[in-house]
Amino acid sequence: MPTTLPKISKALAAAVLAVLLAGTSAKEAAPAAADPVLEARMLAVAAELRCLVCQNQTIADSHADLAVDLRNQVREMLRKGQSEREIIDYMTARYGDFVLYRPPVKNTTMLLWYGPGLLLVGGLATLWLVLRRRSRMAPENFDPDEPNTPEPPKTGEDAAPPAAPAQ
Amino acid sequence: MKRWQFIAPLGLFAVLVGFLVVGLKLDPREVPSPLIGKPAPAFTLPRLDDPAQKIGREDLLGKVWILNVWASWCVACREEHPLLVEFSRRKLVPIYGLNYKDGRADAQRWLANFGNPYDASISDSDGRVGIDFGVYGVPETFIIDKRGVVRFKQIGPVTPAALRDKIEPLLKQLNADNPA
Repeated sequence: MPTTLPKISKALAAAVLAVLLAGTSAKEAAPAAADPVLEARMLAVAAELRCLVCQNQTIADSHADLAVDLRNQVREMLRKGQSEREIIDYMTARYGDFVLYRPPVKNTTMLLWYGPGLLLVGGLATLWLVLRRRSRMAPENFDPDEPNTPEPPKTGEDAAPPAAPAQ
Repeated sequence: MKRWQFIAPLGLFAVLVGFLVVGLKLDPREVPSPLIGKPAPAFTLPRLDDPAQKIGREDLLGKVWILNVWASWCVACREEHPLLVEFSRRKLVPIYGLNYKDGRADAQRWLANFGNPYDASISDSDGRVGIDFGVYGVPETFIIDKRGVVRFKQIGPVTPAALRDKIEPLLKQLNADNPA
């Protein structure tokens, strides 16, 4: 029976998720009905913007009052025919680069953008150096892979076979 | 060579601890305002006490003034309010209130209950002007100079320390400035 247990819990999780998703989409769908194309564009822009109240959410995800206001603002600006770029600039002028989920590449954000790459390169370089050094070392610098077979006991019968290496 | 094997990880660890210690003291809620050093956004809003009268950015040019964003639903506003009331009695500079996403009756009752430090409050009932000012957490306080340029922003309640160490020295300096 233990093999079926994960299957059951997976199915349960999927069912719960499906119910939850159905619930949210039903609730969110109401305003979208007015103009689905505009709504999709609005959400695409809103997904690029950080909600300043709950900072780990986008304006598209957040239910904070400010996020609702900003979504309305985005919707209105799109309706007026303003481009995504103009809307992002509008938000940046008011809330700073912090509002952008993808911060622009500039001098102050170099470390943010390239730091992880540098760490990766540094790590790989270190690994390579260590491996190269080790490959050039004489074998006696290393511990043997397996413990040496103990010397056959000197005392007692000579014919005694050596003990099997400990596993 | 052997010694480095101990010192290098220890050094890295020390650097990491250093970053974490600094990180503890930073407040991620305090987002630096891009408005500092830029002209305050234009606005024209009705007065809270007399909606027929409007106040705009141009009306306030030529004097240093404080814009305090507040609302009757805002708990932290009540915390800073006595400080503002006391500060307003000293008549250093005019304080204007931006009544943010609030009901008129609620706001007026709030002022009647807790005192009114404002030369005037203006109603930003839909929060549009708030967005222009980059407001995201009420209360917020801006200092605007004689040319209409934003010089300072306090996010969250004004504290006695902020008032003493930052706001008052800046107000004195700005009041002494003469716009060309």
